[in-house]
Amino acid sequence: MLVVENLQTRFYTRAGMVKAVDGVSFTLGRGETLAIVGESGCGKSVTALSLMRLVADPPGRIVGGSVRLEGTELLALDEAAMRRVRGKLVSMIFQEPMTSLNPVMTIGRQIGESLVLHEGLSRRAALARSVGLLQLVGIPEPAQRAREYPHQLSGGMRQRTMIAMALACRPRVLIADEPTSALDVTIQAQILELIGRLQRELGTAMIMITHDLGVVAETAERVIVMYAGRKVEEAAVGELFARPLHPYTRGLMNSIPRRAAVRLQEIPGMVPALSNLPPGCAFAPRCPQASAKCRAMEIPYEEKQPGHWAACLYA
Amino acid sequence: MPSVLEVQDLKTYFPVRKGLLRRTVGHVHAVDGVSFSIGAGETLGLVGESGCGKTTVGRSVLRLIEPTGGTIRLGGRDITRLGRAELRPFRREMQIIFQDPFSSLNPRMRAGDIVGEPLKVHGAVPGAERRNRVAALFARVGLSEAQMDNYPHQFSGGQRQRIGVARALALNPKLIVGDEPVSALDVSIQAQVINLLTDLQRELGLAYLFISHNLAVVEHISHRIAVMYLGRIVEHTDRETLFRKPLHPYTEALLAAVPVPDPAARRAKRVLQGDVPSPLHPPAGCHFHTRCPYAEARCRSETPRLREIEPGHHVACHLR
Repeated sequence: MLVVENLQTRFYTRAGMVKAVDGVSFTLGRGETLAIVGESGCGKSVTALSLMRLVADPPGRIVGGSVRLEGTELLALDEAAMRRVRGKLVSMIFQEPMTSLNPVMTIGRQIGESLVLHEGLSRRAALARSVGLLQLVGIPEPAQRAREYPHQLSGGMRQRTMIAMALACRPRVLIADEPTSALDVTIQAQILELIGRLQRELGTAMIMITHDLGVVAETAERVIVMYAGRKVEEAAVGELFARPLHPYTRGLMNSIPRRAAVRLQEIPGMVPALSNLPPGCAFAPRCPQASAKCRAMEIPYEEKQPGHWAACLYA
Repeated sequence: MPSVLEVQDLKTYFPVRKGLLRRTVGHVHAVDGVSFSIGAGETLGLVGESGCGKTTVGRSVLRLIEPTGGTIRLGGRDITRLGRAELRPFRREMQIIFQDPFSSLNPRMRAGDIVGEPLKVHGAVPGAERRNRVAALFARVGLSEAQMDNYPHQFSGGQRQRIGVARALALNPKLIVGDEPVSALDVSIQAQVINLLTDLQRELGLAYLFISHNLAVVEHISHRIAVMYLGRIVEHTDRETLFRKPLHPYTEALLAAVPVPDPAARRAKRVLQGDVPSPLHPPAGCHFHTRCPYAEARCRSETPRLREIEPGHHVACHLR
């Protein structure tokens, strides 16, 4: 349904050109959940923004690749046509519900906005639908809440509001960018459960962008691991956790604190600056297995086992 | 084990002011009768969700916020009501590492001066020797001497947190309060800083009060753990017991809510309903009764005391 091929997004900064997303490809089926996981600066959020064509230009620009949604090439649409896609076919929920909601508009009107825009509803009808949506996402006293402003809601309720807003027009694809990272664990559990339930009920496909392998394990069917703007590994969720092939993925999994007080395995060094990437494999400087070859050549992204891809010479 | 820190019935209330005259109309009971102790070489993990008062406990213990009541003993001496000057020598013994390595370092100071600042302020080490001492601290936390002349923006998040650790170590403290010290870091970097803190504790016999919302991190680093909810400790025991046999319904729910990084363990879980109530108007009786699946009439009216239910296992619940 969604086919992304060789997506390339660059930022032109004073420090030079940065390849934030460098040749990312994937597909997403109807109702499927794909997780994109990685650390700060790996390009996972820019990938999401690129799909929505929301990368600020300047300094950013999508310089290549293709994003096809049910056959329509999104990268070729003009801004007016793209606006008819956002919120209608593809929606996004963000990490920080406080800064992504309009503070001077009631939440009922904010949710109704996309219904007025995309489905031509009257203001009054849109507001009535908003109340129904607030109920759907589990907000108590929805009619009362619809008249309130974002600051009157708790963090969990604001995130529920964003979900209601994103799902108002029953989009085909929901992109969730760290939707629970700013929330407490008990609220996180509520929101993940809510997203999962609505996704099943509405048949929405989802791209879950997160740094939390726990969230990946609990929500995704397939997983892409990104490092320094590129995919380094991709597999079904069970396969990835059982047999991580790329040394970076293994390093990530070993750095998670676990029960026993054994020493944590660290990945030495730090994430490289994208403006100054080493030649060859970007992970080589931190990799325990890296050889001279890794530092010299372009590493092919290959199917190592059926359905399990990795970019590593030694996987 | 002699206690480095002993806290008894700590209370910190914040006034709520309203109107033109800023009259006090009530108090937020941010910390409401909290007691614990930490020995040398020991880590007490303090966990809870936003607004539970864990940060206020840390700041009150260090006297960065004035406590309303209770006593704080550092190395046996009551420091609760000491004045500024009297408190000074004790400040050397207790230090803090903050969550955000971006806002807790002065952007206009060189990293070496940031770490040397406590030595200067306390007149601990004369100027000439200071540079050597700071260089040793840099080496100890895994930074190079050459980096002493750099400014904070030239460091990555993990390195900045190392600077914060070096600064906290400068005066050879006995107690370090870590307020979410690894929460802003990526997992791979988080592991580096956790290992550093663990090594330092083993070498120097430091006592840690480790404040965090991340249960996996707390479980890894703590010897004992206290769980807070709306200003009170609801459960307090050693690490193994807490994770193997949590007794308070809130602890149970908290542990169940953590996403497990293992797709095979995916399960239908009982999700705790509702939000944390406002600390300005906490529910009567047991603060948790509004979200507790087991609550009874008694829980709504009577405040449960923290009782020792099994040796070393303290729980504040009527039903246990």
